[in-house]
Amino acid sequence: MAINYLYPDFEVQRNESRCITCRVCERQCANLVHHYDAETGRMTSDESLCVNCHRCVSLCPTRALKIVKTDHVFKENANWRGEVIQDIYRQAETGGVLLASMGTPKPYPVYWDKMLINASQVTNPSIDPLREPMETTTFLGKKSTTIRRDEQGKLITDTTPQLKLAIPIMFSAMSYGSISYNAHKSLALAAEQLGTFYNTGEGGLHEDFYRHGKNTIVQVASGRFGVHPGYLNAGAAIEIKMGQGAKPGIGGHLPGSKIGQDISKTRMIPLHSDAISPAPHHDIYSIEDLRQLVYALKEATNYTKPVIVKVAAVHNISAIASGIARSGADIIAIDGFRGGTGAAPARIRDNVGIPIELALASVDERLRAEGIRNQVSLVVGGSIRSSADVIKAIALGADAIYIATSALIALGCHLCRTCHSGKCNWGIATQNPELVKRLNPEIGSEHLVNLLTAWNHEIKEMMGGMGINSIEALKGNRLMLRGIGLCDAELRILGISHAGA
Amino acid sequence: MDGYHQHQYLEGEVRIPSGCAISGIIDRSGKRFSGSDAITSISVMHDRSNGLGGGFAGYGIYPEYEDFTALHIFYYGSEAKRKTEEFLEEHFDLINLSKIPTEKHRAITDEPLIWRYFVMPLPTKLASSQLDEDEYTARCVIRINKEIDGSYVFSSGKNMGVFKAVGYPEDVGAFYRLDDYKGYSWTVHGRYPTNTPGWWGGAHPFSLLSYSVVHNGEISSYDANRRFIEMYGYACTLKTDTEVITYMIDYLHRRQGLTLEEVSSVIAAPFWSTIECKDEEERNALTYLRNTFASMLITGPFSIILGYNGGLMALNDRLKLRSMVAAEKGDKIFIASEEAAIRIIEPNPDRLWYPIGGKPVIAELYTTGQGGAHGHQLPVSGL
Amino acid sequence: MKRVYVNEAWCLGCHLCEYYCAYANSGLTDMVKALKDKVIRPRLTIEQEGTISFAVSCRHCTEPLCMKSCIAGAISCKDGLIVIDQSKCVNCYSCIMACPYGALMPSEEQVMQKCELCATNSHGQPVCVQGCPNKAIVYEER
Repeated sequence: MAINYLYPDFEVQRNESRCITCRVCERQCANLVHHYDAETGRMTSDESLCVNCHRCVSLCPTRALKIVKTDHVFKENANWRGEVIQDIYRQAETGGVLLASMGTPKPYPVYWDKMLINASQVTNPSIDPLREPMETTTFLGKKSTTIRRDEQGKLITDTTPQLKLAIPIMFSAMSYGSISYNAHKSLALAAEQLGTFYNTGEGGLHEDFYRHGKNTIVQVASGRFGVHPGYLNAGAAIEIKMGQGAKPGIGGHLPGSKIGQDISKTRMIPLHSDAISPAPHHDIYSIEDLRQLVYALKEATNYTKPVIVKVAAVHNISAIASGIARSGADIIAIDGFRGGTGAAPARIRDNVGIPIELALASVDERLRAEGIRNQVSLVVGGSIRSSADVIKAIALGADAIYIATSALIALGCHLCRTCHSGKCNWGIATQNPELVKRLNPEIGSEHLVNLLTAWNHEIKEMMGGMGINSIEALKGNRLMLRGIGLCDAELRILGISHAGA
Repeated sequence: MDGYHQHQYLEGEVRIPSGCAISGIIDRSGKRFSGSDAITSISVMHDRSNGLGGGFAGYGIYPEYEDFTALHIFYYGSEAKRKTEEFLEEHFDLINLSKIPTEKHRAITDEPLIWRYFVMPLPTKLASSQLDEDEYTARCVIRINKEIDGSYVFSSGKNMGVFKAVGYPEDVGAFYRLDDYKGYSWTVHGRYPTNTPGWWGGAHPFSLLSYSVVHNGEISSYDANRRFIEMYGYACTLKTDTEVITYMIDYLHRRQGLTLEEVSSVIAAPFWSTIECKDEEERNALTYLRNTFASMLITGPFSIILGYNGGLMALNDRLKLRSMVAAEKGDKIFIASEEAAIRIIEPNPDRLWYPIGGKPVIAELYTTGQGGAHGHQLPVSGL
Repeated sequence: MKRVYVNEAWCLGCHLCEYYCAYANSGLTDMVKALKDKVIRPRLTIEQEGTISFAVSCRHCTEPLCMKSCIAGAISCKDGLIVIDQSKCVNCYSCIMACPYGALMPSEEQVMQKCELCATNSHGQPVCVQGCPNKAIVYEER
């Protein structure tokens, strides 16, 4: 056996005085970490297999388990850190691209945490959401630029198609394939109950979920998996995915092992074939090509669905967004570089793109400078973690928010970041039927509904504190934000003052 | 700032919330009356101001020049005046120009040069701009205020004028000798800013073309409104609520052609739950307006009186977080922050009511509109 | 009447219900103390074949065959709840023969035991239901 340079990252600590050998840990670990030793009547574990997903920890009825970071170290080196060395070992051994999942774990600045929210004192009153109406209804879509009237002088109230959201938060794209049937079902049920939308991602729409169409955004990505007229017309809106925050510049990858019968049928590709989306759309090499696709989709749906164009936050995002706004898109979705993924090359995930906060601020400002902000709605995602992040994003200028990682966490995800292994113990990022059934959509959807209901309560409380009783008065209201510990360049880009100023 | 002298923040450098008193009177028969009633009314609410700003808008005061725009301008220094007049000569025919007559008042100090011009756009310039007269004038006014340092156009309407200064409003009225002017409607404002030494341009009413706004409140939607309206060529240089409200009304009423009721249902939009209860046609219209102009919704407390040629509109925020009272006596409609400010000039109104939040009270000359004080009214109460 | 129902679609075969059952009926307040190094005798059992599994426990039948078969009069029905008075049980196993579900079994003391919906222990509510991680066992009115 060759030398194994890699020492396990975690240690499984079992408190023997508490373990009742119920073996739930063993039964629930798809990575086969735990074993029952019949001879000793004790549990044992192979920590080299552990991904730290906490399934065993969460289910252990006597809290006999915990997973700790190993204290095994390399010789201290601020430059050649342990993780850097280990990556080199891995690549030296495999010759492959390092794969990773979910958003980047690297310690980049999180600007949400460097902005503070305002509240009213004396000169105007805060508003109590328990006693006064507090409105979070949001419409997404192009707004009219001129008022038109009929012969009697009455307003003509036709608009281009709009999405009406009861709360300014939607579930962003996660394909059937990257996540399980039950995860999709949980999202669909929750979106319906909450009066918002979930997004199919690029993997088509399972026939069982057509019934949730009015709360569904159907995605068209470069692989065009599962795209047909029925699909386009099934949803409330169509999203063209140009890029994803976690992996700008490349397409999605779903290994053939995950392409079972149902997914093969939904994606309209052969059983067990790899589903590799091209990096670009091969019919979009420039902005004028995008316009053609936007209008092709509008034609296909008889101009009844708003078209969203989703792009990754990259360096030139404001110019790109301005181009998209003029391409006929109704909504622009921007995905920041901390956004999640089911699988991405680690180097791309950790090094390509820019934070959503800066992208949002600069896009909103650019669209206003060009006088076209009202022609397009702006939805942002890429690691929105709480209601406070939502408030800050809207105050910076977003119309609505996309969440995905937060939603998965509500479904039980513990961010072990091994989705690409396909062995998700929580039944989310897997197609193994035995694992998929671990996510009961009845529980999943309830958790999602609870999460967003809780966030909406908090949003209302914070809005009330600011003396704002309708979400539209918060949109782009950057005076409600102050920076903390930010330099002049960051403040300028965010368009906010420093705390105290 | 030189580190030794403490920096004083000037208007426009920082955002200035303020509390205030407002009052407005219109005689719907068109009979003109002097500014003294407005002065008397506002003087009752002395404690709602703090001496850092007061002002008046009078309509129908320049009948002899009714076809010309009356520009009232503050100059801080002769250089500003020279540059501005050069600009005016380039863009307008100057029909008449003079200093605005004032009377020295011991409470009114540090006055700038205050000039008045009656102008009309140069026909060739206007034609080549491809704009209508109002838009042309508005753009010139915004340009002077934005670009010429030390110069500030504070009134730019026809047959109307704004008079304002740093001081208590009753003293400001005396300073401008408003007894000498006669108009069919007047609005007046006493200001209670929280953190400014007071600048003459920062006093209210705030005005663009013939729209003037007096406002009491502090709107929480300010930056959302400002950043939206600035997309359409306006520059909010003063960082005050009244400025942004005036621009929004100008945009919605003049440029988009909305009626004043429609303007109200944008800036003080009914709650969605209220809209849901309306019949289909009204629901569609209200939804359309609220959605289309979502960023022009004003939240937070406000009570405003909008003056325009031929009428007044009073409007409260939709929660009615600021006091506002209306009354009627014969042809006259009165609106004020406090009932006392009405009773001091009209002790026995035919009726008196407290307008509901978000519902406009519109009073127009019989010759302009229907002439009623329509909009929402409550039966007289609290008498 | 509320009863315990199972939905095998969501049963993960994790057997936690069995352990919670054994703990609930142990009379102890510490699960570790109750179950550590013991052979558990739960009143419900997971039936498993291949990938299909589900928990089996007393249905609290409206016509309980166990009750009819009991020669000692130890089994009775209280408001629909089928309970066993272990002090009367004579270990004849008639009930085991009669129950079509296999819902009765000998206890540690050899007398028969059965699920009493935790109504007769200190928990009051079926603990297997509370302990199921996937709502594969529910306690509801149907």
